[in-house]
Amino acid sequence: MAILEILKLPDPRLKEMAEEVNRFDEELKAFIADLEETRQTGPAAVGIAAPQVGRGQRIVILDCSTTKKPVENHGHLVLVNPEIIEWEGFELGREGCLSVPDYTGNVIRAERIKVRFQDPQGEHHEFEMVGFEARALQHEVDHLDGILFIDRLVSRRTDLFQRKVYQKGSK
Amino acid sequence: MNWQMLTLVGEDQPGIVARVTDALYRGGCTLGETSMIRLGGNFTIMMMVDGGQSEQALESLIAPVADQLQLKFHLDSMHGGLHRHRVPNYQVRVNGADRAGIVAMVTGALAECGFNILELASDVVGDSAKPVYIMTIQGYAEAEMERLEAALKPLAAEEIDVHVSAIETLIG
Repeated sequence: MAILEILKLPDPRLKEMAEEVNRFDEELKAFIADLEETRQTGPAAVGIAAPQVGRGQRIVILDCSTTKKPVENHGHLVLVNPEIIEWEGFELGREGCLSVPDYTGNVIRAERIKVRFQDPQGEHHEFEMVGFEARALQHEVDHLDGILFIDRLVSRRTDLFQRKVYQKGSK
Repeated sequence: MNWQMLTLVGEDQPGIVARVTDALYRGGCTLGETSMIRLGGNFTIMMMVDGGQSEQALESLIAPVADQLQLKFHLDSMHGGLHRHRVPNYQVRVNGADRAGIVAMVTGALAECGFNILELASDVVGDSAKPVYIMTIQGYAEAEMERLEAALKPLAAEEIDVHVSAIETLIG
């Protein structure tokens, strides 16, 4: 196990498209263990993607089970070759990133998604995710496509004008 | 760094930011955090500027361009610096028929809870016959959500619609 170096903006490797994983071997498992150790070492990140440590492969770790206010989640997940196949709704939320220290900003994400992925053994799965977990996965999948949350920032006035669209249920 | 807070205000027109920042850049200044927004047909700028020069030198750098663009400006040497961000943990959304006192009532209730406003944007929208006030506030408070809600509850009687939500900032 090892703690890997997190790439930070403006490292160009963060803007590259990651490759699909097709070898589900011991080396992959060892890398996933390192990636997890790296995620846990820094500031409380709910997710991390392989390109953030300079490995251009489609691997994501997600764990939304430890948020301060509990959210609907699937626990600790390792998603290899994740693909979002359905999107629904949209919602504004605040995001930050291990690769963009000292900055947080508002981003619009789909509220409900369906994701297809492989586990580290190569088995296929399909999950539905909502709210915070769906947001986290979209943030991580963006890393696989070379996109950072700062590429999706919205103006502080966006919320003012479109608030009725985002507001849900509570009233 | 020896930051100064530069404030500029004037009738909006294309090119204000470009010309002001060009003058600063040519004068050897760097910019820190800034806030620039159009308010009521005016363009307003607040920005942290540092060029290592005196307030007078900075003033003479800005005066010609401010004059050309008919902007009023003001300079204050400031304490503080970069990398002092505070992440908000609450968002408050407010709307209601426009009337005097909405901001004072809402922020007064929040202040009683020790709520620190980090960002506030408000607007008067709708038509001039029936104007509507809309405001979003992001801030930080140690207080529990229930306490904020209780403090804001009396505003419902004033027909001001207030909604508090926790912000869970996603780090990924």
